[in-house]
Amino acid sequence: MTSEKLHDVRLHVNGSVHEVRVPARRLLSDALRHDCGLTGTHVGCEHGVCGACTILVDGAPVRSCLMFAVSAVDAEITTVEGLTEADGSLSPVQQAFSDCHGLQCGFCTPGFLTTITAGLRDNPDPSEDEAREMIAGNLCRCTGYQNIVKSVLRASQIQGGTKGEMQGEIQEERG
Amino acid sequence: MKPAPFAYLRPTTLEEALAALAGEQGAKVLAGGQSLVPLLSMRLAAPSMLVDVNGLPDLDHVHCDPSGVRIGALARHAHVLGSVEAAEVQPLLALALSHVAHPTIRNRGTTVGSIVHADAAAEMPMVLRLLEGSVDVMSVRGRRTIPAAELFAGPLESTLAHDELAVEAFFPALPAGAGVAFQEIARRHGDYALVGVAALVETDGDEVTRARVGFVSVSDVPVVVDVTHALDAPATAALAELDPAEDIHATAAYRAHLVSVLTPRVVAAATDHARSRAREVSPA
Ligand SMILES: Cc1cc2nc3c(=O)[nH]c(=O)nc-3n(C[C@H](O)[C@H](O)[C@H](O)COP(=O)(O)OP(=O)(O)OC[C@H]3O[C@@H](n4cnc5c(N)ncnc54)[C@H](O)[C@@H]3O)c2cc1C
Ligand code: FES
Ligand code: FES
Repeated sequence: MTSEKLHDVRLHVNGSVHEVRVPARRLLSDALRHDCGLTGTHVGCEHGVCGACTILVDGAPVRSCLMFAVSAVDAEITTVEGLTEADGSLSPVQQAFSDCHGLQCGFCTPGFLTTITAGLRDNPDPSEDEAREMIAGNLCRCTGYQNIVKSVLRASQIQGGTKGEMQGEIQEERG
Repeated sequence: MKPAPFAYLRPTTLEEALAALAGEQGAKVLAGGQSLVPLLSMRLAAPSMLVDVNGLPDLDHVHCDPSGVRIGALARHAHVLGSVEAAEVQPLLALALSHVAHPTIRNRGTTVGSIVHADAAAEMPMVLRLLEGSVDVMSVRGRRTIPAAELFAGPLESTLAHDELAVEAFFPALPAGAGVAFQEIARRHGDYALVGVAALVETDGDEVTRARVGFVSVSDVPVVVDVTHALDAPATAALAELDPAEDIHATAAYRAHLVSVLTPRVVAAATDHARSRAREVSPA
């Protein structure tokens, strides 16, 4: 069997450069996990349905299982590892998931965190319906979504939005 | 599940892309990858080469003028949906695009790619067909325009030759006195429709002069039925021409039921839209 042609690809991930050598068919999700060692990006379905592999490409959420690493040359990539603040503390969305029990097993969480981070940038003060719409493309098998919706509103509140304030339950949890 | 090996080319000029497509019988275009990559991963397709067009210049436009909206091959669904001008020139674009997948998929998937992919469960091929738009394609032999009526050949099959690259889709503007509406039933908003229905109704201000209805996920190609002469029973007229398909998502009878519920609703909504636009243009 002849060996498969490999491509030298320079990936820009979370502000660092990763030089990887991969076949053209290497999914970006696999390149991040196996070639860059960034295993925060999870892989569930590998056909775009579950959202576990969602990352930010030039700031916009995309499915990393539906991109090839070779196609990502010109892109600025942010994975869940890149969401933490510069001083190592949790980002507002991460903090909100912790506050509101937005995760159970945590498998779906990286995809939710990246999706919501970008969602709140576009709509910093979502209503509950808009929060539901924001996460509608991601599947969670554990939480029933209630606490994830709460986390969206809580994160908005931490970031300075106002609608979260109106949610009594969240107010209580803030203590 | 992983794709089988393929050669990969990321051309930076149109000439290079067209030469590659012409030179390799088994080559396929890679646009947003939102339909192609799953097919490769499931090994339902195994092209010998992918020509990744994402590096080509000047193809991500959404141009609007009084005749209609021209959408370039690299314009993402999200970009088209975000265009206020496009929604004014042809409101059915945004109405339908808001039902195309989830926002994350729309950030990457292209509207032209969706049309060329020719999925009868997809919204935009039907919308192009209903509005009587067209697609411009290029190959080493030159450029040609394919009217929507000649574009869809069968399930996931368009009439492009293997070496043709779709460069632009054209959606005609909504004429004065005309209205549109779109509704679909999906198991979860953003999922493929069990049935989707759009209507284009033209009036002379009061009377309906022409009414057509398009259907998503009913047959294996996008279908449009003229109901101009059946305005009091558009669903009956539509069902006479449709043969709803059965699959794991819905029985044929359930699809027929959805057609019978949604068709009168969208025809009525499009008629209201037409009349309110007519009033705006000529206040009584
Ligand atoms: C989870 C999920 C849900 C989805 N739900 C919906 C939905 O509800 N409704 C819907 O309509 N779509 C849906 N989609 C599909 C999505 O809209 C895709 O964007 C679209 O079908 C294909 O566009 P693309 O740019 O990604 O094309 P690609 O996947 O890159 O290509 C698709 C096909 O078209 C060909 N092609 C693409 N561009 C060109 C071109 N310019 N010239 C010649 N050939 C070309 C490719 O060779 C390939 O055969 C969904 C996708 C996913 C992953
Ligand atoms: S692993 Fe990418 S969407 Fe499921
Ligand atoms: S927390 Fe377990 S899948 Fe979402």
